[in-house]
Amino acid sequence: MLMKHTPEAVAERTALSINPAKTCMPIGAMYAALGVHACLPHSHGSQGCCAYHRSMLTRHVREPVMAATSSFTEGSSVFGGQANLLAAIENIFTIYNPQVIGVHTTCLSETIGDDLNQIIIKAQDDGKIPEGKYVFHANTPSYVGSHVTGFARMTKAMVDYYAEHDGTRNETINLIPGWVEPSDIRELKRLVAEMMLECITFPDQSDVFDTPQTGKMNMYPKGGVTVPLIKAAGNSEATIGLGPTASGLATEALEAKCKVPGQLLELPIGLRATDRFIAALRHFNGRYVPDSIIDERGRVLDIITDMHQYFHGKRVALFGDPDQLVAMTEFLVDLDMVPIYIITGTPGKNFDERISAVLGDLADQVIFKQGFGADQFYLHQLIKNDRPDLLIGTTHGKYIARDEDLPFLRFGFPIIDRCGHTYFPTVGYRGAMRLLEKMLDLFLDRKDRDAPEEKFELVL
Amino acid sequence: MNELVPTAAEAKQELLEIYPKKVRRKRETQILANDPEAPPVIGANSRTIPGIITQRGCAYAGCKGVVLGPTRDILQITHGPIGCGYYSWLTRRNQTVPDELGPENYMTYSLSTDMQEQEIIFGGEKKLKQAILEAYEIFKPRAIAICSTCPVGLIGDDVHAVAREMKETLGINVFGFSCEGYKGVSQSAGHHIANNQFFKHVVGQSERTVEGKFKINMLGEYNIGGDSFVIEDLFQRCGFTLVATFSGNACYEDMASSQQADLDLVQCYRSINYMAQMMETKYGIPWMKVNFIGAKSTAKALRKMANYFGDAGLIDRTEAVIAEELAKLTPVQAEVRGRCEGKLAMLFVGGSRAHHYQDLFTDMGMRVISAGYEFAHRDDYEGRNVIPTIKVDADSRNIEEIEVLRDPAAFRLRKTEEEKARLAEAGVLLGDYEGMMPQMDKNALVIDDINHYESEKMIELYKPDVFCAGIKEKYVVQKMGVPCKQLHNYDIGGPYAGFEGAANFYREIDRLVNTRIWKMITPPWLEKKNGESGPPLAARGPHHLAHLSRLAPEDD
Repeated sequence: MLMKHTPEAVAERTALSINPAKTCMPIGAMYAALGVHACLPHSHGSQGCCAYHRSMLTRHVREPVMAATSSFTEGSSVFGGQANLLAAIENIFTIYNPQVIGVHTTCLSETIGDDLNQIIIKAQDDGKIPEGKYVFHANTPSYVGSHVTGFARMTKAMVDYYAEHDGTRNETINLIPGWVEPSDIRELKRLVAEMMLECITFPDQSDVFDTPQTGKMNMYPKGGVTVPLIKAAGNSEATIGLGPTASGLATEALEAKCKVPGQLLELPIGLRATDRFIAALRHFNGRYVPDSIIDERGRVLDIITDMHQYFHGKRVALFGDPDQLVAMTEFLVDLDMVPIYIITGTPGKNFDERISAVLGDLADQVIFKQGFGADQFYLHQLIKNDRPDLLIGTTHGKYIARDEDLPFLRFGFPIIDRCGHTYFPTVGYRGAMRLLEKMLDLFLDRKDRDAPEEKFELVL
Repeated sequence: MNELVPTAAEAKQELLEIYPKKVRRKRETQILANDPEAPPVIGANSRTIPGIITQRGCAYAGCKGVVLGPTRDILQITHGPIGCGYYSWLTRRNQTVPDELGPENYMTYSLSTDMQEQEIIFGGEKKLKQAILEAYEIFKPRAIAICSTCPVGLIGDDVHAVAREMKETLGINVFGFSCEGYKGVSQSAGHHIANNQFFKHVVGQSERTVEGKFKINMLGEYNIGGDSFVIEDLFQRCGFTLVATFSGNACYEDMASSQQADLDLVQCYRSINYMAQMMETKYGIPWMKVNFIGAKSTAKALRKMANYFGDAGLIDRTEAVIAEELAKLTPVQAEVRGRCEGKLAMLFVGGSRAHHYQDLFTDMGMRVISAGYEFAHRDDYEGRNVIPTIKVDADSRNIEEIEVLRDPAAFRLRKTEEEKARLAEAGVLLGDYEGMMPQMDKNALVIDDINHYESEKMIELYKPDVFCAGIKEKYVVQKMGVPCKQLHNYDIGGPYAGFEGAANFYREIDRLVNTRIWKMITPPWLEKKNGESGPPLAARGPHHLAHLSRLAPEDD
């Protein structure tokens, strides 16, 4: 047993986090910044932060993850990191030649109180930012929020720095897809195109973290939103933000700054969340939904009706990030599955309301928890007390799954022991089909494995 | 040996060309053409240049991640915001097997105080104490270690005072590490900090008597991919008694009784040489540099160890084990040599592995044309004899040097100076390490703290058959059409230590350099022999498909 020290009895903890279901802000900021075309994220702090974030993101996407660091020493920690950041900006533009540098802070630079606004202005004044190049930043102190909050802040920073309203409006839709995979963004953009709409998508990691093997390393792959596009987002007809935790800040900022009406939806994971996404798009295209999309939806329903017996009543424990959990929970409920534990380390009361909303009548039978104490250790204790049929979460959950012999669906960030998530979406109707297939494989493989000989079935 | 094109001097110019003046001046001292006879002075262990995409990590990673991480039954609590504890959770592949001495295994747990803004403002000591109490209540460990992250030092939390208080309260060993990420210039600072605290708080704490005739400690072996298991097996078969490994597959009790060994073996010199020196001073245990990576090096290390003890039976058993292992290994070596000989390798990793793994490539007849460390010091390159000439800068001065004195009660002289001299004559050198450079070819490029730009450039210039680095470099290298072998986590392979590990590594490199898929990157229609591609089908106009649409089902 790899988690043999986890006791069944749950004792309240007020200071100790064990096996977290979240990580820190800067990694989210880095992931978001990599969704800007030719942007080099820059971590303003010790170089270890940058190394850890790059390593974790690399394991997750199995692609080059480029980012630079201010490489603080003890001296910079005492006297401030301005000199480091100014030198970094100069070196980065000279050596790596990005279009944009997306700076985020760390617990170190936040604790000493470096003023990024002022440093970036100084870099500009000192001529360290070449003509036509950009430097923007987000404050991401690691002792606040979680990795998702860091993502949200960096996405908002794109709006704060660049979005502009020139007084005109056009028919473009802004799509803020939230913290999802390149595969998901590719799928979302395909759906928008099928709906005969044009969108500005930011951040956009497609064609950044799903690049082909060509024998050529391209430090700045063709994907990502450009700064002029973010600027133009201020003139769009509307914004659709997906996942309130990851996309809420940017969607609101765009509305406040450029008066672009924003609509926040849950991530279109599963049937009804995708329906709402399509319905929202339909509002802008003359209420048209092409047959191709209606057919895709029908195929999702077809799988569910064909295989419903294997979903019905299955009890599920979930952990991960709020946006993913809310959408997935709704989908599970629609399948007549029964979520029993839902855990996210990302703090925010808003999660409780959203999860209650999708649980509906079930809400009072489900243990859901966010913020401090909502960690994988607690989840494991709950599982020891009352076992689910399925565990859904990120890779670390495999230790619980192994000890408790549970089928385990990898879902969310990070997935560092399998591939596929960057290529095959979980959003949209196609994503729903993939999730259904994955869950069925888990249930039916187990059924095949566990059936006594006389109950072993050829046809399932 | 063929002269490489471009030459080392030309390549160096190419690498430096793009840099702003200040950066160039610094990198000039860190990129050198090797001279094995007279290693040139390298600018190692100096600050990373801000904005440079470096391989390096931080002191916390070196302390908690590298040295402390592999110990299974010291409960480790990260004091700081959540990230550091999260990223260092199970990511280094340190394997461990609980046993009677240390039945607990906490390595699958990530414990953190998850510091919030209010603790940054008002201090985090109270929360740390409470976290230790809660951890004790759940796990009842025999020892608790506290690892500090960046903000801890800045806000002035005294983790050592908290540790002392909790040690008193709980009656177990509790100790702290001031391994804030900004300390020093790389992971290396964290190694030193970990060595100091391990030595002060763990070594010598046990009353247990270790039985055995030829007692040794293995320092600087972290059991990544199961390397320690292979080494332990060799020791056992030869007749050595392993008291403790620092810190792969080790438990607290092993390390706490390590002062009873009669010889310290130092493998990863960079991360653990401090411990070896302190143990020699306090307890009189001599140390010897060994390398269990590579068949020749493993045999050499085992022979040196047997000769150190000078016991005829031990020497015979050791020879028998070597002979038995080589008999198994030689056919594998011969087989892969046929496919790998003459191929080119580059290694940029760690503070020891870029040296150690050269032995494996040599075993296979491959040529290492360039190598360098991520976080080493001059002695790792040029040899230990340069230590007196190393300038101590401000970043190194910030790392505590603890004063260690001979312990009159515990000190036992294992070898007199005369015995040491005789051993040295017989090729058993104690307390020395000759470094990487004397072993590398003349004019091979030695590059310290290589960065993204230089790595890409080196691959472009020399098109190596394999490039060894870590996870951050892995896919950059492979996107260039060159296989990358990770020498931090072994790409989830291994073990690579000892003879068994050597066979695994030969096969792995054979697989990598002879993988079929690398030859298929260019689609056949873009290969030169197929000529130019034709105009796109659409250029022929839409009418060519019209006959097909007539055959499709009609709409209702």
